[in-house]
Amino acid sequence: MVDRSWIGKDLGSFVVEVAPKEVRRFVDAIGDDRPMYRDVEAARAAGLAGIPIPPTYPFSLMLDREDPFVFLRLLDIPQGKILHAEQRFEYHAPLYADEPITLTEKVADIYDKKGGALEFVVLDAEARRADGTLAVTMRRSLVVRHG
Amino acid sequence: MAERELGGGAVAPGTVLAERTEAPVTRDLLARFAAASYDSNPIHVDIDFAKASGYPDVFAHGMLIMARMVRLANDLAGGTRLRSVSTRFVSITRVGDAITSTARLARYEDGPTGRVAVVDLIAADQAGDIKLKGEATIALA
Repeated sequence: MVDRSWIGKDLGSFVVEVAPKEVRRFVDAIGDDRPMYRDVEAARAAGLAGIPIPPTYPFSLMLDREDPFVFLRLLDIPQGKILHAEQRFEYHAPLYADEPITLTEKVADIYDKKGGALEFVVLDAEARRADGTLAVTMRRSLVVRHG
Repeated sequence: MAERELGGGAVAPGTVLAERTEAPVTRDLLARFAAASYDSNPIHVDIDFAKASGYPDVFAHGMLIMARMVRLANDLAGGTRLRSVSTRFVSITRVGDAITSTARLARYEDGPTGRVAVVDLIAADQAGDIKLKGEATIALA
């Protein structure tokens, strides 16, 4: 059983800055050839202030830290037992490469199904720009398989 | 062309707006996505770890399949008008699976920041088995 007393607790805050080459590496891996992710002029032509962070990359921002799976250690969950169950992103303002992004995360919920054979851990996170503007909110649900 | 297909609110619900079939998933792709996405979970790249965890082989990151599925919606949104995306990870994508992502108009609705298109997103394998089932909202231009 995952310790339910974690519900509502903060998993900390950290700041990352994404280099343009990290954006390029990501869009190369997923096969996205949109020029705005590779060329700042193309981004500006689309009305953006710089190279934008791709829509699902904020998930990677959460892993771009010294201990990417800190919550597994804190909640005492083996890495081989988890699967991604659901993921959601809401976009409020753009995020850009070469700008500090502040990330915070908390445990939103922990619950079980099938008589405890499956446990779900729901983590809510947000990404803010340097001036404090809320840019992206995200929710990831992970399922822990027991037995 | 795809960007015009939302048609300022004139497309019939159920219309397929975009569809793309990707090359089969390779171990090389999983290694590159692991590095590019900072997802270092060995379950996606280390067959010994996968077997010790009860799986026959490594399998794709859900976020890889989501990223490619969301690309369809992002293209429809011109890269700047995506308001939200969400998905359920229905089943595991294996090495060798060729995934087709499909974006289909669900409806138009009035959101807090204006009129949006709600688009159903599906990712399925070569046998038609659903891997991801999601939704995007796109602000109309």
